[in-house]
Amino acid sequence: MHTIDRVAVRQEHARNDTGAPVIAVEGLYKSFGSQNVLHGISLNVRRGETLAVLGRSGTGKSVLLRLVIGLEKPDAGSIGIHGQNIVGLALDQLGEIRKKMGFLFQHAALYDSLTVEQNVAFPFQHHRKQMSASERGDRVRELLTEVGMETDLKKMPSDISGGMQKRVGLARALALEPDILLLDEPTAGLDPISSAEIGDLILSLQAEHHVASIVVTHDLHSAKTIANRLALLNEGKVVIEGSFEELQTSDIEFVQEFLKHS
Amino acid sequence: MSNRGSSGVVDVDSPFSPGPRRMAPPSSPVATGAVGRFFEWFGDLGIFFWRVLRAAVTPPFEFTELFRQLDEIGSKSLPLVALAGAATGVVLSLQARFSLTRFGAKSLLPAAIVFSIVRETGPIITGLVVSGRVGAGIGAELATMKVTEQIDAIEASAINPYRLLAATRILACILMLPFLTLAADFCGVLMGWVAQTLVEPLSFHEFINSGFKGAGFNDLLPSTFKTAVFGLIIGLIACFQGMRTRGGAAGVGRAATSSVVLSSLFVILADVVLVKLIMIFFS
Repeated sequence: MHTIDRVAVRQEHARNDTGAPVIAVEGLYKSFGSQNVLHGISLNVRRGETLAVLGRSGTGKSVLLRLVIGLEKPDAGSIGIHGQNIVGLALDQLGEIRKKMGFLFQHAALYDSLTVEQNVAFPFQHHRKQMSASERGDRVRELLTEVGMETDLKKMPSDISGGMQKRVGLARALALEPDILLLDEPTAGLDPISSAEIGDLILSLQAEHHVASIVVTHDLHSAKTIANRLALLNEGKVVIEGSFEELQTSDIEFVQEFLKHS
Repeated sequence: MSNRGSSGVVDVDSPFSPGPRRMAPPSSPVATGAVGRFFEWFGDLGIFFWRVLRAAVTPPFEFTELFRQLDEIGSKSLPLVALAGAATGVVLSLQARFSLTRFGAKSLLPAAIVFSIVRETGPIITGLVVSGRVGAGIGAELATMKVTEQIDAIEASAINPYRLLAATRILACILMLPFLTLAADFCGVLMGWVAQTLVEPLSFHEFINSGFKGAGFNDLLPSTFKTAVFGLIIGLIACFQGMRTRGGAAGVGRAATSSVVLSSLFVILADVVLVKLIMIFFS
């Protein structure tokens, strides 16, 4: 994986940060039983922009991602993807929108009965039926090379480490060339080098494909490297949203406490 | 079951809530909670069935997965079903010989074996064996996929899991049960003859002629094709219990167990209704 001038990429995207938001979350509420998880979250992400969502465990960061891709239904609020509200859409209608989205699960969620190669080929088999087997094989190898997993094509998910599973999950998320990427803890459990490589990969996707991304993470270092903006959640609300510098200069007690312990 | 702290809300387990633990206010009578969960389970099952039905009849069709499931459910159940059918044939032959000899009706032995196997024993044994093998398999497989977020990953990949996972498995169960029943019937009749001929030699030709004398398609076809309904019940309940699982390894265990218990129970209950309907329409 090639190294990227991270600051230059982020500045370039800050300049490109115009136009209608690709992801527009408005007044989102979600509860599970008596437990209120999100209280009126509003966030926007534009093309080529990466928003890092930070916060303590259990504050609803992963739930927010699941809501954005429609795996959970909100109690109230709207979720606009390319200007279309996805709340209340039928599964097949939602499917058309999801083809433009890539999702990396926290624990990768690879299909355990399929090899690494078959996992990455899975979206092609269902959505690129016109592709020949050799074209598909080439594209799968290309994607796995991009995440540094080209030598493990025939391995089963149970035979590779958690970090490697995450790379394969990322390759699968990128298979259909999405213009929206939702990443749930992409660097958790990875060694510092792999973590930096994943960061570089996300930056290269911003640079080459202008992908709009939401990254849920605990890793402040990686967040400030890959994200244009950061949103800090606490008790289901956005405490602050802005650049890392804005977080640093904030006088909100929770923000300072979070930065101090990160 | 565990208390949920100061809220006083109590977790309640039942075969009808194997996945998510339902909450019942402590003030409500236990019976009311159980009845509520019973109807809630049926309501959820109805919604699930509607989603699967809608997914099954709209393109894209998942033929590759369907053929894989036909092999998994059909071919791989065949040895077990054949063995169960054969054992039933032997037992029927031994028991019927003993009873019919006492009442001086030994000559009816081939007919008793054939009618008993073809009309009832073959179909119900097949239904119960398949609900044990396939019900547990589907329930555990889908439950594992659910708790490891693999079903969410399928959905996030813009693939309808009701179409890919549930519709294919249910359809494979519906299509394969009648064929498996024919296999069980054949093995049962064959081994019934073997058991008979070991005691009192009789050619297979004579046994079949005597056994099927007076029998028509009305005896074979409705009883065989009623197992398609058993297939629907087994596939539907196993997929439903698997895909609504929560709670890690314990949840997977509960889903597998409840898939077998509930599908076996509903196969037996459906058999009661179907036998009566067949008698009304085909006798």
